[in-house]
Amino acid sequence: MKEKKTVLNIRDFSVSFEQYERGFHKTVLPVIRNLDVTVHEGEMVAVVGSSGSGKSLLAHGILGILPYNATMGGEIWYDGELLTPKRQKMLRGNEIVLVPQSIAFLDPLMKIGSQIRKGKKDKASKARLDKIFEGYHLKEEVQGLYPFELSGGMNRRVLVSTALMGNPKLVIADEPTPGLHMDMVRRVMSHFRELADKGAGVLLITHDLEQALEVADRVVVFYAGTTVEDAAASDFQAQETLRHPYSKALWRALPQNGFQFIKGTQPYVKELPDGCPFGPRCEYCTAECQKEIAYREVQGGRVRCVHA
Amino acid sequence: MIRMLLLLFFVSVAAFTLVSVSPIDPLQANVGQAALGAMSQEQIAKLSEYWGVGIPPVERFFAWAGDFFRGDMGMSLLYRQPVTKVIGVKLVNSLWLMAIAWMLSGIVGFILGILSGIREGSLLDRIIKGYSLVIASTPAFWLALVLLMVFAVWLKVLPIGLSVPIGVEASGVTIADRIQHAILPAITLSITGVANITLHTREKMIEVMESDYVLFAKARGESTYRIVKNHALRNVLLPALTLQFASISEIFGGSVLVEQVFSYPGLGQAAVTAGLGSDVPLLLGITVISAVFVFGGNLIANLLYGVIDPRIRRGGSRA
Ligand SMILES: Nc1ncnc2c1ncn2[C@@H]1O[C@H](COP(=O)(O)OP(=O)(O)OP(=O)(O)O)[C@@H](O)[C@H]1O
Ligand SMILES: [Mg+2]
Repeated sequence: MKEKKTVLNIRDFSVSFEQYERGFHKTVLPVIRNLDVTVHEGEMVAVVGSSGSGKSLLAHGILGILPYNATMGGEIWYDGELLTPKRQKMLRGNEIVLVPQSIAFLDPLMKIGSQIRKGKKDKASKARLDKIFEGYHLKEEVQGLYPFELSGGMNRRVLVSTALMGNPKLVIADEPTPGLHMDMVRRVMSHFRELADKGAGVLLITHDLEQALEVADRVVVFYAGTTVEDAAASDFQAQETLRHPYSKALWRALPQNGFQFIKGTQPYVKELPDGCPFGPRCEYCTAECQKEIAYREVQGGRVRCVHA
Repeated sequence: MIRMLLLLFFVSVAAFTLVSVSPIDPLQANVGQAALGAMSQEQIAKLSEYWGVGIPPVERFFAWAGDFFRGDMGMSLLYRQPVTKVIGVKLVNSLWLMAIAWMLSGIVGFILGILSGIREGSLLDRIIKGYSLVIASTPAFWLALVLLMVFAVWLKVLPIGLSVPIGVEASGVTIADRIQHAILPAITLSITGVANITLHTREKMIEVMESDYVLFAKARGESTYRIVKNHALRNVLLPALTLQFASISEIFGGSVLVEQVFSYPGLGQAAVTAGLGSDVPLLLGITVISAVFVFGGNLIANLLYGVIDPRIRRGGSRA
């Protein structure tokens, strides 16, 4: 198989927040660390993690729109070059597009049509938008409406439409489908798939492993701000082909595998254990797990576990 | 409309109660201790009647209210003219002042607030915010005195007070004279007003710039200029407009003090005179007129909101 070009390569990425507690006492919250993700051309990579694991921050980090009190570490490579703040500014909205997580990302006082077109009024953008809307069963009148006049599901489709306006090389979709009907979810996913098949890289952020497995080529598993495993979607067919105990736990929680949930919850940033963040909930946890753990290649995937 | 009537009723009751319980004796205040001492009992009794001393306050109030509803605001005791006429003259003087101050503070305040709020903590923001905070916490009368000293006393470029030149007949007063005399008081009022509007607009602007939709606009490659133009302005303009019309009350309040300092014969000054001189009909008249203005301002703000904000304008039509 021909080696595909890498669109996005994130190495040892980290995000921390500076916060002032009770007056002048400054604390640093390391919300994300040891995060590694790679997306190739024509590939759809799903990032799966529970709520609060840092998925949205990853998306915002790639686009350079983290809040001002956030500090980024590590490296982001895009199209073979380091993604500097200057390049981020140039590329976002053109080559790199975001489908944001919530409909609060729409301007409440701007009409849908011009909002999606970013105020452009030329024939080409209009025609393009009409075509996208047709595909999503959105009437043309919707373009003249404001977000508050649309249902949640319609606004979702509007958010997705923004990404389809250009010819992106990297699509970052942050939980794009909640509130949509099953067949609309399929349609949205098929559009992302199409973009990938045309050569773009798609980073699909979701907490729904089932959905990820349906469409993605690879799945990156997040836990408490860290990537614990990078596996081919096909590896999720059996527990044995998975590498990390947390991925296996996710597998066992799938409906077809018996809905077995493990005890406990993802630790809050301030109560993170040393070493493996999953340690306290892991049946294989040993003393070794409390040290720095390397991200290793194992059977064509990658894993951050000493026992794999 | 009912709300308006209720408001007027309560405001006039409140004003009336305040004058009634005020310890100022109208006779002593207006006739003078010495003159009073030299008067006969009869004369004093006559004066007492004129000033309404001894009549139960409730009775006096209803007498006034009854006349008022018949369109008669009564006679001003101090000016010995119908209240409507006194207010008419004073109101025109004041409206000049307040209209200039209102527009200036609204426009300048909005622009400064937007500039300041684009990037919280930027040098520009710190300068504008610092300036506004200082001005906002400076009493208007003190600012008036400083301006008076600088422009009228030291530089002698603007008149010290009054709304027309001294010793010139009413017919000889030109528009230029009027404007010249209104400049200092208007500037004083504007400066104070600007600070408030700036701080409020800035606050709202910061909120908008931190919103998710501005973040998304940024993620879609829109420049700061376009973000301000396309998203921030329209989202800040709505609350700013409401604030602008609601600020009429503040301008009214400020004008009382400022007119006093500049001896500018406007509504504010008349209110002070009426209050201190127990000129009840005039005071009530002014109170009612002011309440109408303030209420009118808020009403316009609400109506405008309905016209401009699609969420309200179109909200009703959503099935
Ligand atoms: N501005 C901020 N200051 C401090 N902490 C923050 C800030 N923004 C996010 N966090 C923290 O970072 C962590 C990750 O947030 P993020 O929004 O990326 O989670 P997520 O994986 O997208 O979750 P969800 O599935 O709910 O969207 C959370 O624990 C959150 O509390
Ligand atoms: Mg999120």
